[in-house]
Amino acid sequence: MSEIMPETVQHLAELARIALSDEEIATLTGQLGAIVDSVAKVSEVATPDVPATSHPIPLANVTRPDVPGTTLTTEEALSGAPESDGSRFIVSAILGEEQ
Amino acid sequence: MTDLTRLAASELSALLAAREVSSVDVTRAHLDRIAAVDGDVHAYLHVSASALATAATVDAARGDGAPLGPLAGVPVAIKDVLCTHDMPSTAGSRILEGWVPPYDATPVARMRAAGLVPLGKTNMDEFAMGSSTEHSAYGPTRNPWDLDRIPGGSGGGSAAAVAAFEAPLALGSDTGGSIRQPGAVTGTVGVKPTYGGVSRYGAIALASSLDQVGPVTRTVLDAALLHDVIGGHDPRDSTSLTDVWPSFADAAREGARADSLRGVRVGVVRELDSPGFQAGVTQRFHEALELLTSAGAEIVEVSAPHFEYAVAAYYVILPAEASSNLAKFDSVRFGLRVTPPGGGTVEQVMAATREAGFGAEVKRRVILGTYALSAGYYDAYYGSAQQVRTLIQRDFASAFAQADVLVSPAAPTTAFRIGEKVDDPLAMYLNDVTTIPANLAGVPGMALPMGLAPEDGLPTGFQLMAPAREDARLYRIGATLERLLGERHGAILDGAPALG
Repeated sequence: MSEIMPETVQHLAELARIALSDEEIATLTGQLGAIVDSVAKVSEVATPDVPATSHPIPLANVTRPDVPGTTLTTEEALSGAPESDGSRFIVSAILGEEQ
Repeated sequence: MTDLTRLAASELSALLAAREVSSVDVTRAHLDRIAAVDGDVHAYLHVSASALATAATVDAARGDGAPLGPLAGVPVAIKDVLCTHDMPSTAGSRILEGWVPPYDATPVARMRAAGLVPLGKTNMDEFAMGSSTEHSAYGPTRNPWDLDRIPGGSGGGSAAAVAAFEAPLALGSDTGGSIRQPGAVTGTVGVKPTYGGVSRYGAIALASSLDQVGPVTRTVLDAALLHDVIGGHDPRDSTSLTDVWPSFADAAREGARADSLRGVRVGVVRELDSPGFQAGVTQRFHEALELLTSAGAEIVEVSAPHFEYAVAAYYVILPAEASSNLAKFDSVRFGLRVTPPGGGTVEQVMAATREAGFGAEVKRRVILGTYALSAGYYDAYYGSAQQVRTLIQRDFASAFAQADVLVSPAAPTTAFRIGEKVDDPLAMYLNDVTTIPANLAGVPGMALPMGLAPEDGLPTGFQLMAPAREDARLYRIGATLERLLGERHGAILDGAPALG
């Protein structure tokens, strides 16, 4: 059995920046445990002599000529922002009160 | 008068070129059909307000004698995972509700340049996570064959739109089967091209080492025609292959004409011909193999021993990549922002936004991916899954040494009922057992209808897979098989219930 505990899910949710409710944590604890047990079989055949594959068809050194291309205008880049001042994104306080 | 919505894109193309119909006629017929049936099917999240104007522009260009491609004037539906500068692009998520991107995805831009007429955006599982379209934040799409059943997923909207004659063509994206499995359960054709064959620029990423954009249609030739438009190198996608591709439409036409499959070796993957599959699916699959044999193909049994680890590897790799890709939904640059009561720091706003904006399946996979990538577990899960990927690629290489194409059912069952599996993620994950290996290895795959299952009268799908870069082979052999199946079963969508 896996070691997924409610505290594990709480910690993962903090890392993933999702403010899960207690009810969601309870549900996810059971579900994640079952999923993790099920996917753990990948380690059965992953012997040290097998190299890893990250991309099915790897391409190396994909570059383009170093010349200016078209980019979004400021207006376009800000068009979907929840809050902006017309030239910048506006965010909430980056530092907490204790900082 | 002919019902223009019943025609294939290739047939519409001929009528448009001969000026027997206008793009406005064709587009209006589809908008009328959407108005009549989409209240029941819910294939669309957004219907374009400018489709008729676009169609009129194409008609005017034709009137002026402008050189136009074969699909100019043909309407198309677009999966909501693809960015469109003139329509909302939500990927089925609340967190992007109402978001209109400032640019078009490359496949969309190429379709517009080729004169296709976007009809609207189709429903999908949120961020393409699912195989039933029940995980859309905007409610499920219903299978036109039985409105109580799922249309597959994640691209259930595109498949249902095409199956319900609400569009002749649609775009989908396939990360683990999201084009092919909906094709199987709706009686339509879906193709996942070779990884890198179609640009993903502007496709909202799920798992970047697996995602591929492709066509959703009612015929193999139509899929080839659309693939010809959207495919090819794009410098804006660093995984885009620089290959020069042959005409897939030519390959499909050649296959449709072929009177023999002599010399073609068809590999049946033993591990994907499971006794656990629905009996009617297995029956139709074996009948299709007999048709191939009778046309002269040689059937060989091949073994891919590591395919049994594919689903497990996929549900490590996909959540890992998704947890990273979805980090961009941070309440700053686009989409939803939810501020906790009394305000909060940017991190608290981010966490509140993602809690409110993501659905249950997205949270489940992001948390799972975060776990698989965390220190102490990385090697056991993500590292091992990447090694399994190598083993699966080797299985494909060995199988393709014995066969020109590999075949299997495209889905293990016909469409299941809405609600049947939604609370059981592990059962849901097994819907893609036959389609996932192709994504892990980057090879192209096609689903095409192989008749109705005798026990429930619902569509079943046949899957063809070819080696990477050999997409043309799928279209050639797929078109031959489509003709053979058509001679046996007729056009299976003619047997679908009337809607509206």
